[in-house]
Amino acid sequence: MRIPLSWIREYTQFPADGTAEDLMAELVRVGLEEEEVHTNGLSGPIVVGEVLEKTPEPQSNGKTINWCQVRVVAKGHTQTLTGDGIDPSGVQGVVCGADNFEVGDKVVVTLPGSVLPGDFRIAARKTYGHVSAGMIASVKELGIGEDHDGILVLGTLGLDPEPGTDALELLGLSDSAAEINVTPDRGYAFSIRGVAREYSHATGTDFTDPAHQVTPLQDGSPGHPVVLNDDAPIYGIPGCDTFVARSVTGVDASAPTPPWMAARLRLAGIRPISLAVDISNYVMWELGQPLHFYDAEKLNGPIQVRRSAPGEKLTTLDDKQRALNTEDLVIADDRGAIGLAGVMGGASTEVSEATSTVLIEAAHFDPISVSRTRRRHKLPSEAAKRNERGVDPLLPTTAAQRAVDLLVQLAGGTDTGEVTHVGDPITPETIALDPSLPERIVGVPYGAQQVTEALTAVGCAIQAQDNGMLSVTPPSWRPDLTIPESLVEEIARLVGYDTIPSRLPVAPAGRGLTEAQQRRRTVFTGLAAAGFTEVLTYPFYSVEANQLFGRANGAEELPMVRLANPIASQFPTLRTTLLPGILDSLRRNVSRGFTDVALFEAGSVFRPDGKMGSEEIPGLGFYPGDDVIEELRAGIPHQPLHLAVAVSGQEPVDNVGGPGRARDWADAVEAARKVAQLLGVELDVLQGEHQAFHPGRTAQLQLKGELVGYAGELHPKVAEQQDLPARTSVMELDLGTLIAAATGQTIAEPISTFPPTTQDVALIVDEAVTAGELRQTLTEGAGDLLESVELFDVYSGEGIGEGKKSMAFALRFRAADRTLTAEEASAARSDAVALTGERHGALQRG
Amino acid sequence: MADEHALVPHPLDEAAIEQCVAQALAAFDAAGTLDELKAARLAHTGDKAPIVLANRQIKELDKDQKKEAGKLLGTARGRIQKSLAARTEVLEAEHAAKVLVEETVDVTAAPRRRPLGARHPITRLQEKVVDVFTSMGWEVAEGPELESEWFNFDALNFAPDHPAREMQDTFFVEPSEAHLVLRTHTSPVQIRALLNKELPVYVLAPGKVFRTDELDATHLPAFHQFEGLAVDKGLTMADLKGTLEHFARQMFGPAAAIRLRPSFFPFTEPSAEMDVWHPGAKGGPQWIEWGGCGMVNPNVLAAAGIKDPEYTGFAFGMGVERTLMFRNDVPDMRDMIEGDIRFSTQFGMEV
Repeated sequence: MRIPLSWIREYTQFPADGTAEDLMAELVRVGLEEEEVHTNGLSGPIVVGEVLEKTPEPQSNGKTINWCQVRVVAKGHTQTLTGDGIDPSGVQGVVCGADNFEVGDKVVVTLPGSVLPGDFRIAARKTYGHVSAGMIASVKELGIGEDHDGILVLGTLGLDPEPGTDALELLGLSDSAAEINVTPDRGYAFSIRGVAREYSHATGTDFTDPAHQVTPLQDGSPGHPVVLNDDAPIYGIPGCDTFVARSVTGVDASAPTPPWMAARLRLAGIRPISLAVDISNYVMWELGQPLHFYDAEKLNGPIQVRRSAPGEKLTTLDDKQRALNTEDLVIADDRGAIGLAGVMGGASTEVSEATSTVLIEAAHFDPISVSRTRRRHKLPSEAAKRNERGVDPLLPTTAAQRAVDLLVQLAGGTDTGEVTHVGDPITPETIALDPSLPERIVGVPYGAQQVTEALTAVGCAIQAQDNGMLSVTPPSWRPDLTIPESLVEEIARLVGYDTIPSRLPVAPAGRGLTEAQQRRRTVFTGLAAAGFTEVLTYPFYSVEANQLFGRANGAEELPMVRLANPIASQFPTLRTTLLPGILDSLRRNVSRGFTDVALFEAGSVFRPDGKMGSEEIPGLGFYPGDDVIEELRAGIPHQPLHLAVAVSGQEPVDNVGGPGRARDWADAVEAARKVAQLLGVELDVLQGEHQAFHPGRTAQLQLKGELVGYAGELHPKVAEQQDLPARTSVMELDLGTLIAAATGQTIAEPISTFPPTTQDVALIVDEAVTAGELRQTLTEGAGDLLESVELFDVYSGEGIGEGKKSMAFALRFRAADRTLTAEEASAARSDAVALTGERHGALQRG
Repeated sequence: MADEHALVPHPLDEAAIEQCVAQALAAFDAAGTLDELKAARLAHTGDKAPIVLANRQIKELDKDQKKEAGKLLGTARGRIQKSLAARTEVLEAEHAAKVLVEETVDVTAAPRRRPLGARHPITRLQEKVVDVFTSMGWEVAEGPELESEWFNFDALNFAPDHPAREMQDTFFVEPSEAHLVLRTHTSPVQIRALLNKELPVYVLAPGKVFRTDELDATHLPAFHQFEGLAVDKGLTMADLKGTLEHFARQMFGPAAAIRLRPSFFPFTEPSAEMDVWHPGAKGGPQWIEWGGCGMVNPNVLAAAGIKDPEYTGFAFGMGVERTLMFRNDVPDMRDMIEGDIRFSTQFGMEV
């Protein structure tokens, strides 16, 4: 909302020398946040001039310029202004390229030293063989029109000022505006009336209600018939509860809008269009009541306010034909809809330059109905903005009268004296306020007088009840005041939030972080300490990215969550996996010259599993019951916490200490093992398959037999297609599941102080047998004495046999209560080897 | 010298023996390295050394001569051994010192082995905020990112057709009849905490939220917030201000302060915008818009089934990215989402 300063001064004590910044600084204290300052960008000596001479001079380029003598002081006076290029005689020589003015016309002259929008500085300069000392201003240069060659001839605005008059003051161009942000509960503040009231709250100074400056016509004769006929109110609230119509005849719709009005509208951010339209906007801005003007001669029969009929269409003022919805509230005449109520009028009854009788509509509409229509038709108008936030339902009579007055005054119209007023306005209900409530909520000991004064200032009527309660009736323009707490806010903000003291409440003894929250931190910190850098990426993916990485096999079904309004149409789904995001980060790092990268990310993925949402959801302000809450919870898709890593390049990198080591699939597997170790859970690494991974270098990660993730090298084709470094390796696992498995405390094992016995064994097996399987079998076969198994060599080739390989393990034995003998260790080893023979056909080598 | 060595002194020839001793001692002294000393040792104490050979001749002497010769040679050999031991010690020490000198390296050339990674400052800042509140006895509450509209809006007193609901710039999920949204704020966790916990409730809820904002230097479509909620008997806006002030001092130093300005949120009444006085702000101490807060609207308590009017509550919420921006002078929010390792690495493990 923009507030031209001259306008607010009319109704408040805002000082004559106050700036837009000053105004905003006051308003922010009552909750109207400052946004911006708007000015016309004009300054310096810009005055009225009278054209004394105008000599056309054809130029060699085919153009004709006018060499003019312009008197810029009143006749018989001398120049009082001084400065470079200002002629003491009061007559300036000016070259002008435009021709739409005559000798004797009053024009605007920008004298040397003045500044035009865009920091365009005027100075005397040599041009076309003359010294041109200033400029005769066009409407565009003054920011009041589009026509660059159109010199502003003041007579066309009905003005005949003395030369030398300050043109900025004359045209309202010295004014500036403060822009404030109005929260959606305060519809009344979308008006000079509302902001003026707030200014008086903020400063404790007097204010004049502009609505009280208007005297509505009483007992008029019956006007244009209007019927309120809403057969389908939303939530039982009639779409229109008040409709006032007035008519003015003999209007000169082509008369110019007075400069002061046009200037204010422009500063307010509204483009002046024509006098009639400008008047309706002006009244809306001043009072907050959206109006609509009809060309009365284009109306056919009585006006009806009703819901749209099936199949009904309407061409709105923006010349778009719209198919209406039967929930849309329309203004109609005998031929059908002529306007979307409270949102935008129709083209067929639009006021034009030929209009002579104007029918003024000032009505109060249901905010919800207006809001739905505005959204349905994507029509964000200034009228809808106010109507959806709630307009004062008692205002239509006043606003209509103000419009009548302006049409009479500025457009030469005549009030017909007819008044249509139908409907029964719905005003705010009385609230019972416990006078101790403000202190109990805010913590400031407000006195009874402060409470009464503040509520009275915002317009409430207060009655003390016998039981000590206050009956507070909010003013008609405050539909947001519905509960005692909303009155408390008014008291608190009028007295001032700065009076609220500070007190630190003591919470009961807490339990700190949950096990799961602590373990999450342990994992993140552990991974960072292990060399991984944490990243955060977007959860919005293409369908293809989800389908490639979100499932192991293209044949599996992959349910996804799809957004109705994605930021970018190519990323319409929510992530089912973290891999595309983290790979995106990896690629970005590589492209920026960081090729040795190890990243991790933890975050939710979205895995819909059956029920999607709830068709019915409960309303506002009541507990819907355990069953309903359970229903709602059950409809929320599964969102497991995942963890992913991606690595490429070397670690360490080639350096003075020796050659670097290329990261590979094993780093991905190792990352998974680290996570398991950080959580103290047993993670099994098995040979696996995943369509996005290298078919021979993929590990399946299992937790007690349950698949929890994958680790390995990306499929070379995938790496190539996605422009990733060769051998890029990744890991992703379901961190939430691992953390859930981890909750529990460690039971310590006694530490044996007896020496270990180590025995090596080399086993020859088929190529297909994995180290993991052999390790598992050796562990099982060796029994309790076994302390650890470590693979230390894999060999295939000469002496081993085609399709075979040899794997050498170091077995370490230790007993808790004695030093083991070589025989005991050998016996355990033999048992272990025997079991590998049984299960995998392993032969002991050598 | 070799000839002299070959001269074996008579076991009773005291002068000759003395000369052998002198020769041995001179030879040890002359040895400059352990190797030279070894050669000297072999020459003067080895099997062929004159003094050793002289010793062997003792057995050929008369009985009383044997005793005298034994004493003479024993003393002489003792002196030789002692000298050898002393010289060995000196040379060994010199050798050890020399080895250490030879092993000297350029420590500034130490290769990088396994560099540390880094935490993302956003998640780390969230943890820091959590720590401030858990140390006051608050607990950490969580909720889903894909949320029911009821939790995200209706339960928080956002009326279905109110402009406030639209101003949330919500990501809706298909089909619309499912009434699912990406949560637009962490506030739905307020309802979840009130439903899950016994009163009084003091919780902090950090998490990811979503708005259909176009990406620019100060907007991300997915970002983070933290939400505070306290519901207890007799809580007022003074408690809200006190809590925020304590929190601000932990984040921005002891000179930090809080200023409240009237505002509007459907789920609080009265509502306020909060500014924080940031003593360390770039460009000098100043007020900076930090977030929204207020007293929990009775409709919100009602939605969570809390009817006892003695319970009042306050709530507040701030953006983590925004906090990081002005706390740590991050000029562009996009740095936080691009995953460039330089961004996280400059923070390391702390923020």
